[in-house]
Amino acid sequence: MIQSSNGRVTTSANGASQPAAHQPERERTMAGKVITVTSGKGGVGKTTTTANLAVALAAGGHKVVCLDADIGLRNLDVVMGLENRIVYDLVDVVEGRARLRQAMIKDKRLPELYLIPAAQTRDKSAVSPSDMIKLCNDLRGEVDYILVDSPAGIERGFRNAVAPADQVLIVTNPEVSAVRDADRIVGLLEAEEKGPGHLIINRLKPEMVKRGDMLSTDDVLDILAIPLIGVVPEDEGILVSTNRGAPAAMDEKSRAGQAFRDIARRLRGEDVPFMPLDDNKGFWQKLAARFTRSG
Amino acid sequence: MSNWFERLLGRGTPSSAQSAKERLQFVLIHDRTDLSPAVLETLKDEIIAVISKHVEIDADGVEINLSQTQRENRLVANIPLLAAPGARRRSRK
Repeated sequence: MIQSSNGRVTTSANGASQPAAHQPERERTMAGKVITVTSGKGGVGKTTTTANLAVALAAGGHKVVCLDADIGLRNLDVVMGLENRIVYDLVDVVEGRARLRQAMIKDKRLPELYLIPAAQTRDKSAVSPSDMIKLCNDLRGEVDYILVDSPAGIERGFRNAVAPADQVLIVTNPEVSAVRDADRIVGLLEAEEKGPGHLIINRLKPEMVKRGDMLSTDDVLDILAIPLIGVVPEDEGILVSTNRGAPAAMDEKSRAGQAFRDIARRLRGEDVPFMPLDDNKGFWQKLAARFTRSG
Repeated sequence: MSNWFERLLGRGTPSSAQSAKERLQFVLIHDRTDLSPAVLETLKDEIIAVISKHVEIDADGVEINLSQTQRENRLVANIPLLAAPGARRRSRK
């Protein structure tokens, strides 16, 4: 691995950084699984989700690489607190200026967590969907999970992020425009035969749902009708974690962190019950809804 | 009936979340099927015209709506038929 600090570049032998006794037992999967996190709408929590799922999976003993596919507007680096370690980026790899290993920034807080950052001074046309597929294929043999942080939108950046995906996670908020955009994404994924994806409802506020001022989990599922993989409550601690560059999944006490840890376990195939968020509508509201529904 | 029930519960208007859900369902069916409300109106008129060629219908009572179950979208037409002249109109209750 090449690590950089203060601009100097040093090399160390691959895998020699951790004594074997400290490595948790883990099953190495046959080939790495590529999971793309997308949403359509911007600002709903894709980058936060990618960072937290990466941390949670790595903490569970897996080897994880995250890719920031948001070329020109990179953020995964800063959310993970790795922004001052960037030497090479995704575009450098695609254009042959750097090898994959050189662009992989090792997160020192976890045994096997790496980031390949986006380029900041280029745009999405610098990379094509087939570039992304090739890059992920090159990585697959060596890692358990490749998490791809998609940009917002439905153009080139989105297509780049989705092209290599084995599984797609769609992040939405319980809010009109986010859900509408998520629906469009589901349609696009189905057209690419990557669909329908798994849903993450982010930033749910149970008190507002109870008051009838926010769509409930059930409402969103009725509308989008795709499988749910997680619900993450609104949590002020997320801002704090981003301020510090320490994803909430590292914090035992964080509720949002717990939700992300649960999603990571479901990604591994575990059957994890959903955290009781008490976001059921009040009894009278449910009754009223039953009688006023138009069909 | 639904208004009476709502008044019984002391609720005159739907909650904002309920409005959001209904508006989303409406908007999404149009988004998904690329059938704008304007085209749907034209479609309704044409359906009424075609069916009227074959059977008497109550044009004022026609309801043509889009609905959604899971991710399946449907155009549902509810068309009251008029009895033929001289034929029995209603069954005895």
